[in-house]
Amino acid sequence: MVVATIVQAVNMGLRQELARDKNVVVLGEDVGLNGGVFRATDGLQKEFGPDRVIDTPLAELGIVGCSIGMAVNGLKPIAEIQFSGFVYAAFDQLLSHAARIRMRSRGRYTCPMVLRTPYGGGIRALELHCESGEALFSHISGLKMVVPSNPYDTKGLLAAAIREPDPVIFYEPMRIYRAIKQDIPEEEYFVPLGKANIAQAGDDLTLISWGSMLKTCQDAVEKLGNKYSVELVDLRTINPYDEETVISSVKKTGRCVIVHEAMKTCGFGAELIASINEKALLSLEAPVVRVTAPDVPFPLAKLENYFLPDVDKVLKGIEKVMGF
Amino acid sequence: MPKKVLKEFKVEYLQILDESGNCDEALMPKLSNDDIRKLYEMLVLVRVFDQKAFNMQRQGRLGTYIQFKGQEACQIGSAFALQDEDFVFPMYRNSALLIARKHPIVQVLQYWNGDERGLRSPDNVNNFPIAIPVGTQATHAVGAAWAAKLQGKKQVAATYFGDGATSKGDFHEAMNFAGVFNTPVVFICENNQFAISVPRKRQTKSDTIAQKAIAYGFEGLQVDGMDVFAVYKATLLAVEKARAGNGPTLIECFTYRMCDHSTSDDASRYRPKEEFEEWMKKDSIERLEKYMRKKELLDDAYKQKVVEQSQQIIEKAVTEFEKMPQPDPKDIFKYVYAEMTNRQKEEMQELFGN
Repeated sequence: MVVATIVQAVNMGLRQELARDKNVVVLGEDVGLNGGVFRATDGLQKEFGPDRVIDTPLAELGIVGCSIGMAVNGLKPIAEIQFSGFVYAAFDQLLSHAARIRMRSRGRYTCPMVLRTPYGGGIRALELHCESGEALFSHISGLKMVVPSNPYDTKGLLAAAIREPDPVIFYEPMRIYRAIKQDIPEEEYFVPLGKANIAQAGDDLTLISWGSMLKTCQDAVEKLGNKYSVELVDLRTINPYDEETVISSVKKTGRCVIVHEAMKTCGFGAELIASINEKALLSLEAPVVRVTAPDVPFPLAKLENYFLPDVDKVLKGIEKVMGF
Repeated sequence: MPKKVLKEFKVEYLQILDESGNCDEALMPKLSNDDIRKLYEMLVLVRVFDQKAFNMQRQGRLGTYIQFKGQEACQIGSAFALQDEDFVFPMYRNSALLIARKHPIVQVLQYWNGDERGLRSPDNVNNFPIAIPVGTQATHAVGAAWAAKLQGKKQVAATYFGDGATSKGDFHEAMNFAGVFNTPVVFICENNQFAISVPRKRQTKSDTIAQKAIAYGFEGLQVDGMDVFAVYKATLLAVEKARAGNGPTLIECFTYRMCDHSTSDDASRYRPKEEFEEWMKKDSIERLEKYMRKKELLDDAYKQKVVEQSQQIIEKAVTEFEKMPQPDPKDIFKYVYAEMTNRQKEEMQELFGN
């Protein structure tokens, strides 16, 4: 076991996979000599060489488009996009190509690539460095969308994502990159895609979240003390998400609050509520409440705290559902 | 301080066979008489196919179809320089290329009739499914070529696109990555002078598309795109160069779209009649016939035989195509992920029952 932060867990996961399979390559802006702007790839180029850990031109479309070609021809590219707000230059490549290669070639070609990118706000970053676009990527059949919330899951999910036969968007919670330290195994282990984690069992209310908001939810639950028995569900994979765990938890508790950092309209919470309506409506004791960002573009640093869900907003959501 | 000239550039143009069938023997690539006949027969075959597919669309026997008349030599000449294990990343106007690259004609017809089974490349040749968005396939070719290089495979990737695609960022980023990483890739631009209705001069102020390669640090040249020998030779040199580890090449095939953009288009709305008639005189098949006649490689009887043989091949494929059973509707779920998601399983059940 070794004590690691999320960003260190990313580094460990990448190192493990680069060492295991010579077809794994890491590519992106500043990932080589500089070790990535968050140091997620620190030391990897020195260890595996510039042909395996590749500094590319500053061009997101090129990074993703070339990764697709690499994946088609036998490599396992792990592309880093420096901030998730810059992925959109490559959105066409992901939507029109990466997601459809298996289908369009009827299985003759596949696109086993991973796109890693830090997402989310709360660190007073510049414009377009803070967005949460998990719902956008989850609306594309053919992609998988993963968001870890702690170091253990980060390494295990990353290893699983790299072994996936299909393209995976791997969202890294930038805000808590270094906020949580956890003992994690140095040896290989996997956290399977498509499986949620019950971070805490409870009977009164199901609290669903993922990524950096998981910590906010944990802080809220801690503040509640023994007032309610909360079941905290960490979704971990957004698409395909673990509907079974969500539904069985909601059936058990009868109450649900969903917390995400993305804006409310067409956020992934809407999808979860639709599923709950389809499969657990008659178990509900209260309407499901969403604690999300409002429907505005991510504001600049001075006002970001008004935009982001926080402990108080989560507690307010919980009280609303419990007091119904 | 006097100004200095840091760099000077030139752009070469290659023509071997002119429109009168005169051949510059000094420039002629090594091709046996059999090779020349093969090229001729393939050019005729794909032209017969193109006309047949167009007719079938008009008769309601085929969906929207993208013709390539005028561009046969670009596709047949370049395909002749590639090996089966090389990759091609085609665009939608590349049915001739696919046929030359062993893609069964039945499947080409299936694709243009909205049947996904048509897209699956045969296992013995690396043809990527055609790209419908413009120019987006160029970076895939660079990536595939890069993978070949990193894995020590002697494989080359060729990508095909039109003059319109060179206006897109995809083209720029692909060319730039190819240059920086010296990947074994050949960019083949079929400059047919039009992007639907917008003429070439509205895509770029550059005098040639070939010269764009210079900015990315590698060679670009323009060839007569209706001269199958010039296209073949330029591609062969580019492929050999790439295979030897000497990086990418941009080949601008200067040609003309002798047809509408698609079966939904009417080129007479924007194509000057005189210009069209001038280009018709440059046709790749007619000039090759003139050359072959002079070399005694073609007479009327052979010419007739090649047309009839082509018609037979196409008719046989059409018959087979029209007898194909409908695709299994469940197939829409089959190839999205390696394993279907639980949600997909529910949806399939809802749509089709057990």
